[in-house]
Amino acid sequence: MGVMEVLEVTFVRNGLVVAFAVVGITVWFSYLISNKLTAGRIHGSAIAITLGLVFAYFGGLFTGGNTGVADITFLAGVGIMGGGMFRDFAIVSTAFGVHLSELKKAGLAGVVSIFAGVLVSFIVGATTAVLFGYTDPVAITTIGAGAVTYIVGPVTGAAIGASSELIALSVAAGLVKSILVMIGTPMVAKHIGLNNPQSAMVFGGLMGTTSGVAGGLAATDPKLVPYGAMTATFYTGVGCLMGPSVLFLTVNAMF
Amino acid sequence: MIIYGVALLSTCLVIGMLVGEYFGVLIGVQANVGGVGIAMLLLVLTCNLKQFKPLVDGLSGDGIKFWSAMYIPIVVAMAARQNVVAAVDGGLLALVAGVAAVLVSFALVPVLSKIGSHSTDVEESQEGGVS
Repeated sequence: MGVMEVLEVTFVRNGLVVAFAVVGITVWFSYLISNKLTAGRIHGSAIAITLGLVFAYFGGLFTGGNTGVADITFLAGVGIMGGGMFRDFAIVSTAFGVHLSELKKAGLAGVVSIFAGVLVSFIVGATTAVLFGYTDPVAITTIGAGAVTYIVGPVTGAAIGASSELIALSVAAGLVKSILVMIGTPMVAKHIGLNNPQSAMVFGGLMGTTSGVAGGLAATDPKLVPYGAMTATFYTGVGCLMGPSVLFLTVNAMF
Repeated sequence: MIIYGVALLSTCLVIGMLVGEYFGVLIGVQANVGGVGIAMLLLVLTCNLKQFKPLVDGLSGDGIKFWSAMYIPIVVAMAARQNVVAAVDGGLLALVAGVAAVLVSFALVPVLSKIGSHSTDVEESQEGGVS
């Protein structure tokens, strides 16, 4: 075997361990930039998450795959580390030390925000589709559902018989939402009062995209993560429930 | 023992995921409904129970705290495996729909955060109705 082959085999065999090292270096570099270039004004984790997205863009560009850098053979471990299993495991662990009283206090607001969040995102997405000239209720519903999350979009689209182009479009709308929540949250946090458990629960319920909320709150204030994640986790389920049923029937009656 | 904390965390997640999946099947939805949220509630409840103290105190608790500290690096890895190219390729419609949904939702955070912060039930139901 040549030098490169040995390198590749070693990296592939130790995928997850390679990912720990690569992510560690990325986080270190991000905090360095945060301290030296922005004097700590932009949080290190916000820079790290943005860097991750930039890497994902180039990874996707070079490989043509759909899981960012995880499609690059020797970085496949990043796909495991950032996959659903570890993400959920880490999210649940943040609940350690959460006070039940805080959850109870924001319970009603949290539940209301989930339904309000699904409805509002759907209406905004569906309206955008109409403004872009769509008149078919299936298309309008699928794109609206995509603005809810990139899981609700395809689930709804598949259930009501949307074409694969429409489903791809709805996934793209959901991805834009998720990425913007990751990057935008630390910027708007102060202006929308996102600084306590109660508003974090409302925020999670309104945004709903688990990845977006996870990334956005991590970059804003890690202490808020468990509260936002708690409500966000119910959002996709509610969206999948409402999309192909009430929401589609409503759109169908209107167009 | 560190593994006790890790095992408690894992058990909570597995139970939560199972309940979420069954719940999804029950209401006919192709998604896990609240599995992570249920797991988090389980962890919060067990941490507050006397019987589980040996599983969350001292070294055992460190097994949970470690994963909690790994949260941000895991989120960075999660960001690095997103389909950013597809989001960019989605064109103007996807961009407008996604951005508009986020902006409107951001604007609603302060509005809905007020729910429940007043003590009277009347005010709560009124605000709930408006939203």
